[in-house]
Amino acid sequence: MTGIRHDIRFYVGNEYHVLANIAPTRTLLDWLREERGLTGTKEGCNEGDCGACTVLVVRLEGERLVWRAVNACIQFVSMLDGAQVLTIEDMRAPDGTLHPVQQAMVEHHGSQCGFCTPGFVMSMVAGRKAAGLAQDERGIDDMLAGNLCRCTGYAPIVRAMRHAMQAGPDHFDAMADDMADRLRALRDGATVDITAPAGRLSIPVTADALAQTLLENPAARIVAGATDVGLWVTKGLRDLPHVVSIGQIADLRRIGPTAEGLYIGAAVTWQEARAALAEILPQPDEDVFRRIGSVQVRNAGTVCGNIANGSPIGDGPPVLIAAGAILHLRRGDVRRTIALEDFFIEYGKQDRAPGEFVEGITIPTPAPDTVIRAWKVSKRFDQDISAILAAFSLTLAPDGTISNPRIAFGGMAATPRRARLTEAALAGRRWNEATLQAAREAIMKDFTPLTDMRASAWYRSTVAANLLTRLYAECGPQADRVPTSVHAACAATGDHAHG
Amino acid sequence: MADANITATADPAAGVVPGGASESLRHESAAMHVQGTASYIDDLPEPRGTLHLVPGLSTRAHARIVSMNLDAVRQAAGVVAVYTAADIPGENQISPVGKGDEPLLAKDLVSFYGQPLFVVAATTRGAARRAARLAQVEYEDLPAILNIAQARENGSPMVWRQMEMKRGDALAGLEHAPRRLAGRITVGGQEHFYLEGQVALARPGEEGEMHVTSSTQHPTETQHMVAHVLDRPSNLITVEVRRMGGGFGGKETQANACACLAALVADKTGRAAKMRLDRDDDMTMTGKRHDFVIDYDVGFTAEGRIVAVDMVLAARCGWSADLSGPVIDRALFHADNAYFYPDVRLRSEPLRTNTQSNTAYRGFGGPQGIVAAERVIEEIAFATGLDPLEVRLRNAYGTHDRNVTPYNMVVEDSITHDLLPALARRCDYEQRRAACREFNAASPYLRRGIAITPVKFGISFTATHYNQAGALVHVYTDGSVQVNHGGTEMGQGLHTKMVQVAMREFGLGTDQVRITATTTGKVPNTSATAASSGADLNGMAVLDAVRRIKRRLVEFAASHWNVGEDEVRFAPDGVHVGHKVIAFSHLTRQAYFARVSMSANGFYKTPKISWNGDTGQGRPFYYFAYGAACSEVVIDLLTGETKIDRVDILHDAGQSLNPALDIGQIEGGFVQGAGWLTCEELVWDEAGRLRTHAPSTYKIPACSDRPRVFNVDLLENAPNREHTIFRSKAVGEPPFVHGVSVLQAISDALASLDGYRTCPRLDAPATPEMILRTAERLRCGPPPAG
Repeated sequence: MTGIRHDIRFYVGNEYHVLANIAPTRTLLDWLREERGLTGTKEGCNEGDCGACTVLVVRLEGERLVWRAVNACIQFVSMLDGAQVLTIEDMRAPDGTLHPVQQAMVEHHGSQCGFCTPGFVMSMVAGRKAAGLAQDERGIDDMLAGNLCRCTGYAPIVRAMRHAMQAGPDHFDAMADDMADRLRALRDGATVDITAPAGRLSIPVTADALAQTLLENPAARIVAGATDVGLWVTKGLRDLPHVVSIGQIADLRRIGPTAEGLYIGAAVTWQEARAALAEILPQPDEDVFRRIGSVQVRNAGTVCGNIANGSPIGDGPPVLIAAGAILHLRRGDVRRTIALEDFFIEYGKQDRAPGEFVEGITIPTPAPDTVIRAWKVSKRFDQDISAILAAFSLTLAPDGTISNPRIAFGGMAATPRRARLTEAALAGRRWNEATLQAAREAIMKDFTPLTDMRASAWYRSTVAANLLTRLYAECGPQADRVPTSVHAACAATGDHAHG
Repeated sequence: MADANITATADPAAGVVPGGASESLRHESAAMHVQGTASYIDDLPEPRGTLHLVPGLSTRAHARIVSMNLDAVRQAAGVVAVYTAADIPGENQISPVGKGDEPLLAKDLVSFYGQPLFVVAATTRGAARRAARLAQVEYEDLPAILNIAQARENGSPMVWRQMEMKRGDALAGLEHAPRRLAGRITVGGQEHFYLEGQVALARPGEEGEMHVTSSTQHPTETQHMVAHVLDRPSNLITVEVRRMGGGFGGKETQANACACLAALVADKTGRAAKMRLDRDDDMTMTGKRHDFVIDYDVGFTAEGRIVAVDMVLAARCGWSADLSGPVIDRALFHADNAYFYPDVRLRSEPLRTNTQSNTAYRGFGGPQGIVAAERVIEEIAFATGLDPLEVRLRNAYGTHDRNVTPYNMVVEDSITHDLLPALARRCDYEQRRAACREFNAASPYLRRGIAITPVKFGISFTATHYNQAGALVHVYTDGSVQVNHGGTEMGQGLHTKMVQVAMREFGLGTDQVRITATTTGKVPNTSATAASSGADLNGMAVLDAVRRIKRRLVEFAASHWNVGEDEVRFAPDGVHVGHKVIAFSHLTRQAYFARVSMSANGFYKTPKISWNGDTGQGRPFYYFAYGAACSEVVIDLLTGETKIDRVDILHDAGQSLNPALDIGQIEGGFVQGAGWLTCEELVWDEAGRLRTHAPSTYKIPACSDRPRVFNVDLLENAPNREHTIFRSKAVGEPPFVHGVSVLQAISDALASLDGYRTCPRLDAPATPEMILRTAERLRCGPPPAG
């Protein structure tokens, strides 16, 4: 933990870069294409939705190399200190042979217009590197959910991926030690502070230093993964005069069990938290956390950032509210905790004082007989913004009596919110048709949703009530459980018949 | 034989050129695609001082421009120039059909939200984007007409002449039909969402020359537009395109605005100028697939045979004509799909609205007409209690009788009656249909549906003069070959197929035949790469050019080596000259020294076709492409969500030029078609502003939306009856229509809600909300609006 640096240091491919004069919101995509002439990485949408700009960010975490596919269009160069970026230009082996993924894409006719192809290749290479990724159709869906293709209908790309997963090691495996050495050498424990004409960048090393920086600069903008702030820049063309990058602060990257439950630090990404979240909030058939953004978005976006930005359509908050999560806020040395639902005051307004920041969140361990369900409903299954996100937590006594119901919705109001009347309609009642009917009626009173491009008010209200029916069907007194969602039903069906 | 030039060669050896035509050669750019080295326009090195352009867009749907203050734009950091309509030296006009209703930059009147008002040129793209937002425009709002209903209510003018296509007496037929029903279907539009957005780079040359690299499907038209805007003859303007990152019709006319604005700035400033639209601007500015409201009135027998059809097809065309006329016409041309209508009347309403000017999109109106035809079939099935497949078979075009279309063309090649049962057998349709019904009877929340639908798609531009193509082939002395033609590559593999034609004819491998960028400087006066015609037209032109060169080489070789001309033959192992085999490069070197021209241009025009839109008579299509698809879906009655479980497709690509590329077109076309009818929804607000202007809000299918089981087969042993290039069939648009089977399958699933008694009348796109609304209507009558 020494000193202050006035530059950022990272690799692109094997080229070392030291940047002292970088605008804090310069995107990696623009920088690669406009300044480095690395045009293999494409801009399709400039908002992190199409994946044409996918690159790999490799970091040494502990002694382990971690490979992450991210959208270069909403990744700021300033976030890359200490990393190695790999672009499509790096995928060929030094001897010029194609990467197994590239070879498979050629052999299986995986490209047509070719514009999305570099992004797909990057996601596929990352998918091969990802530990624990399911080697089945759903695993491939997950791996490629953040890459849009308009030509192929995905079939040949999936065929290529199946093939590439069987292929042997790639040239990066042989280079792993060198890459680790190189990244280790970048670790100097220095705080970064750059004042460029386009704005100031601070990268504190500890949470304490962050607290101090924010006390001194309460107007500074905290950036963790930039999956939301990135759009302010690329679409809103907003200037951010002072960016404080927190993505690599070790204190904030903590995730693990505590006496109260699961603690997730402010810099923990959705991807990193996913397994632990699935464990503490188990949901059969459908993992709603898998449907937050895409791999690229979950690799950058953080659980706490999804809370701190106060979006009414964030998918994290309703689930975490239903789970009774406690938010840890800090200003200077003053820490406080609040129930997550109390953080959201109204649209665009959260209970956070100037200079205060979200340090982490605790998700209490659910009581043993707690039923937890969360469902996301959107026009498209993957990488869509919810029309409705419903999350339920309740305890069922052996006689069917409901207690401690916690029900929260996203997309139904200007903030993520609990359905208090519905909770009241359930609390202390037996789980039966009459109770269900009462709850369905209550939820209509809980919310007055809006009509927008995602869904009408009618649809939102109807589905909100219908999801209570689904909850009843899944967790109620019926003896035979029948599938209640197409996604669950599909999981049960077979593999592709053809090749 | 008069048409010896255009039949498949009789020489079997020529057919076995590895990777030659009819084989699955990989895309010519595949290796570059996967390495990121395939260059798109924004990837090209920028000439020194290149300016970056961003259009300033209107924020009103319909308004008079009272004043436009661009001072702040001009003064913004990095801005070099700002131009408005007043700065255009030539015509401020880019109507592709010569209607004069499409100014490049709005002058006094704004006709839709997102219309370009001015262009900012700055040293960086970021600077231009920021500056463009600083304009102060004062508007005087005018009443805006945003959709079909409003257009009809307010008597909005048509952007094109209305067509009435009829045969027999539809009204009498309806009157006397044993049974009759009428209904309406609404079909949504579709954003192209080519992954590479609109882009053009203009470089000024000497004495008024302008070189424009444009992501255009129609370089010749782009050349003409630039010439008009700059007031120059065409010989000063060169338009070039190596490849596009997707087109789908969205770059047939919509590329012109970027190209013209780039050329305007390049001309004014003397500097290279590039316009690459931000995705949101692209979606806000450019036209899309037309949405339709189609009213149908059908008479039929108790056995499900159609007696008479009367349809009105109304389309939202947007603020200008663009290609709406021919698009709506093609909807009429396909409102029969594969079915014979004994008495028929089809009428078009190409309605003008204050929205983006809708344009070409894969299928060009045909899919909308086909959706209506399939709804009619579905209605009859529910009315008669027959399996829809049975109704389809009973109405399919015959080959000897019941074979005349509503536009009086005789269908000579119908295979629907064979294709449908063949696919039904392959995919166990009957058994799976019964299984779906059994499942539904016991499933409270999920329902399964299955449907099998055919496609018959007319191949040729209905504007007859477009059915021509040119090519330019050079053979160099070292035996390497360069192929140029008028078609453009947008991912469909056209260039690959063209290379294959030359490979097969010359007996050469891929390393010896090179395709180059399409440029108006090499092949002039070309047609758009559209209407699925790319390979049909350009393939024959390439073949013509190659055979001209071959004839000269054969003549030379015969005289040089003293053998008969029939003893000279081009094969994979070399050129057979009498008893010896020589390298192609040896022949070309010798031919050069003997002063033989080894460059030729080729030309082709489609035979047999003619069409008179005024009389509704003729043969607009050279032939039809066929196919059939079977989709099985599961829907969620609680949320309206859908999943496509399984799809089987049997498609007619004739004697495929490249089976792998054709299957790629079918798989991709299907998913795009299914997307159009399910998750892809365009939403405008009351001010006429498109709210779905980016992938965050407009959802094309993602990887997990592909069918879980997806079996695609080409019809075997099915050479085109007509003399197309090596007897292949066009394959770009027809497979898009297979997506209709998904809409029908969802409808089948919904029908289970009232025991299959009522036609669900499911409109498109069948979003979760549309499905839930339809389910509610089937269960308890219409839900309230809102």
